[in-house]
Amino acid sequence: MTGRRLQYAGLAVLVALPFVGVPEYYMHILVLILIWGFVYTAWAIMGRFGLVSLGHGAFLGIGAYTVALAWNLLGLTPWLGIPLGVGLAVLVAVVIGYPCFRFRVVGHYFALVTLALGEVVRLTIVALRDHTGGSLGLTPNRYGEGTSLYALQFADKEVFYVIALLLWLAGIWIWRRVDASMARFAMDALSEDEDAAASVGVHVTAQKLRITMLSAALTALGGGVYAQYLLYVNPGTVSGIGVSLQIVFAAIAGGMFTALGPTVGAMITIVLAETLRIAIGTEVIGLDTTIYGVMLILFIIFLPKGVLGGLIELYERRTAGGAGAMAGKREVGGGA
Amino acid sequence: MLAVQDLTKQFGGFVAVNRVSFAVEEGEILGLIGPNGSGKSTVFNVVAGTLPLTAGSVRFEGKEIGGLPPDQVCHRGIARTFQIPRPFKRLSLLENVAVSAFYGQNRDISRSRAWEQAEEALALVKLPTEATATVDALGAAGLKKLELARALATQPKLVLADESLGGLDEAEMEQAADMLQDIRRQKGITIIWVEHIMGVLMRVVDRVIVLDHGEKIAEGLPRAVAEDPRVIEVYLGRQGTAAAAAADAARPS
Ligand SMILES: Nc1ncnc2c1ncn2[C@@H]1O[C@H](COP(=O)(O)OP(=O)(O)OP(=O)(O)O)[C@@H](O)[C@H]1O
Ligand SMILES: [Mg+2]
Repeated sequence: MTGRRLQYAGLAVLVALPFVGVPEYYMHILVLILIWGFVYTAWAIMGRFGLVSLGHGAFLGIGAYTVALAWNLLGLTPWLGIPLGVGLAVLVAVVIGYPCFRFRVVGHYFALVTLALGEVVRLTIVALRDHTGGSLGLTPNRYGEGTSLYALQFADKEVFYVIALLLWLAGIWIWRRVDASMARFAMDALSEDEDAAASVGVHVTAQKLRITMLSAALTALGGGVYAQYLLYVNPGTVSGIGVSLQIVFAAIAGGMFTALGPTVGAMITIVLAETLRIAIGTEVIGLDTTIYGVMLILFIIFLPKGVLGGLIELYERRTAGGAGAMAGKREVGGGA
Repeated sequence: MLAVQDLTKQFGGFVAVNRVSFAVEEGEILGLIGPNGSGKSTVFNVVAGTLPLTAGSVRFEGKEIGGLPPDQVCHRGIARTFQIPRPFKRLSLLENVAVSAFYGQNRDISRSRAWEQAEEALALVKLPTEATATVDALGAAGLKKLELARALATQPKLVLADESLGGLDEAEMEQAADMLQDIRRQKGITIIWVEHIMGVLMRVVDRVIVLDHGEKIAEGLPRAVAEDPRVIEVYLGRQGTAAAAAADAARPS
């Protein structure tokens, strides 16, 4: 199959990149795309089932701040700090998710609850400014020369590129595992009609909780790695409404129903953000969030499957045109 | 097999089902009839756990199941169809039924077994079993069949079939009746069948209970029920012709 061959070729290019001397700035952009691509994929794992969280910044922030605080305050290695952050995020996901799912808080109401959660985490970080540095952000202490496996700090961008690549690959792999599972059908079913799904034996609350826990865990993992990469965390960039909306926008823009869609979303948002930063500078604070908001609305209306999803559909329609398979089925449906 | 005792369901102050009691024997097809709004679907919703009950008890195979959540009721061996079909439009026909097969039983089954059982259930109701078949190619009768296939794929002991639906013509209703009979014969599944018009149902069921305004007003063999003055009164007010047709159908030819 050509698709498979294309995948291997793409993977080979990605693996080879750090060895061909990519300029530092572009290496940095690539690492960002991989880490954010992973985070957006984590969001899409639940978002594609109508579980639209507007508060994934909460999990990202918990992941990022836990590792940084554990390191600075307790001297705990990120190898333990990151799992700790993941565990905390899962705990928060359960505490928020269980009552929501148990009592059928769905759709807009669920989105609002998560929106609040993202802000609560941001405000908590700001309020604990004695430890977290408040809105000024937090810098994990440098360890020795700046490169240490124990401290998960690396002076070379190439090393982080490899870490980010592995992370991203793991994300895609998990996305595909979920996509190929029976749970995917159960989730698709209950996202349309919870009563009907429950009547055929699907434990609706448990299914939703599981996918939410998975998504929260992966997002916090992304947050932890992001903190280690930048060695700087800021409540605005890892939690709160701004980043939460950015996650939603990117995943939807790229396409949340295909494995690589959220990564395409990462490319779009990061290139957009960098372009804006270079073109207008940083003085117009909040401009990117505004642009995300407007584009989000446009995407939801005109391209609900996202850029990649839309392209794939277009391609499939082109190729299926000859066989007439899809077109034929559509007509039967229309006639009935 | 199923024993419902003093089942009551209120929506706010409105009593939709009022102290209804009945029992179903294993292997039986029990007809549950009554005019529009008499509470038939509500009985199903409460027994299946889709809606919480207000009072009363539901015992299945000797165990209390009243108030259990729907997925657990399903795992005990009771499957239901919805009066207005509720297909999962994002899924293919086969996937719709495979979800039931995989999640509907009280034990883990392999995925390949689930797909097999989904195909079996679709074949049983004479729907296409190809993986490419879609839900939006189905008409009203097809969607009713899909409801039934989804219920059957859970490998139930008892099916609550809410068949009362306008939009089926005479031939389609006859077909549906034959299908329920076949299902009982081939699979030994007990069935409660809901209809609001008596015609076709009377030919197939072993026993009938009649609801009116949430209360049980009659119970017995189809023929006796069709000739019951209270039933005739209830139906004459609204559907006199249906009652007459039912009486005809129930009379041995
Ligand atoms: N979820 C609900 N909330 C409030 N009232 C309800 C609800 N479901 C049913 N009812 C009311 O309860 C009564 C019984 O309704 P039900 O659907 O059980 O009737 P039915 O016998 O199935 O009628 P039909 O033959 O039209 O299907 C009706 O008056 C209906 O309006
Ligand atoms: Mg009804």
